[in-house]
Amino acid sequence: MTAAFLVASAFLASAVEFVEALTIVLAAGITRGWRSSLAGLAAATVALAAIVAVLGPALTLIPISALRLVVGGLLLAFGLQWLRKAILRASGYKPLHDEEAIFAQETAEARAAGREERAGLDWYGFTLSFKGVLLEGLEVAFIVLTFGSAQGSIALAALGAGIALALVAIVGVLVRAPLARVPENTMKFAVGVMLTTFGIFWSTEGAGAHWPGDDASLPVVLGFVVALSFASVATLRRRRLAFA
Amino acid sequence: MRRVRAFGRFWWNFVVGDDPRAAAGIVIAIGLTAALVAGGLDAWWLMPVAVVCVLALSLHRETRGA
Repeated sequence: MTAAFLVASAFLASAVEFVEALTIVLAAGITRGWRSSLAGLAAATVALAAIVAVLGPALTLIPISALRLVVGGLLLAFGLQWLRKAILRASGYKPLHDEEAIFAQETAEARAAGREERAGLDWYGFTLSFKGVLLEGLEVAFIVLTFGSAQGSIALAALGAGIALALVAIVGVLVRAPLARVPENTMKFAVGVMLTTFGIFWSTEGAGAHWPGDDASLPVVLGFVVALSFASVATLRRRRLAFA
Repeated sequence: MRRVRAFGRFWWNFVVGDDPRAAAGIVIAIGLTAALVAGGLDAWWLMPVAVVCVLALSLHRETRGA
């Protein structure tokens, strides 16, 4: 149960980030040339692999209770950011994330930028793609390493991220357009819920407290966070309509 | 030095984001849980309660005047 939950969480969180990275790589490729864009993608992938290769084994050396305390606190702070934005979007206080609009903006900016050649590559296209993939990828690396190390299985979390990467890459190559049909706002909501759930669970255990039923209480915490999120959306929607 | 500062700013924005008070609330709640456990009380219930309060206050700040 916990393993399936771990893989599903890593998959969802990674898929959202990979969809965003794909939009940037596509924008750079279409406007500035595929060679520079794919070189940026490759360089960022190598940098991310190096970060994971160094940090992954280092994290396994930290005692599990200390790791869960730190990871739980980080995930909770990070997860509440996602959840708060998702609740604000769902209740109409924040515009929905629109991959097509972001793609249009990225391509307009890329077309307007001047051309500078370095190492035989269009430098704007390379750095746009590199930065986009590195920043989105760092979020994936953070989630995989924290989820995996706190649950004692980086491999399982990496499996979820790997499936997401393969899926987004295959669809991206086939479609060659931003994946606007992916229900990104719903997925972001789900990721916020899962990050917050794991954050509550691990920070409590890391602080020395024990959940009644141990791991079996994880679905209960999940239900609690889901109920809290829907109640928040309903309250904010009512308030917005009352003041409209 | 500028790169170190930029690196620090990236991680601050990444983890803490635009509501440092929410992050501070989480740190206080974790500290309180650890203190209660050290005092002999298994305070597993405290973090869910803290999350309700932190999220409600953060949403209130964000939507106030909107």
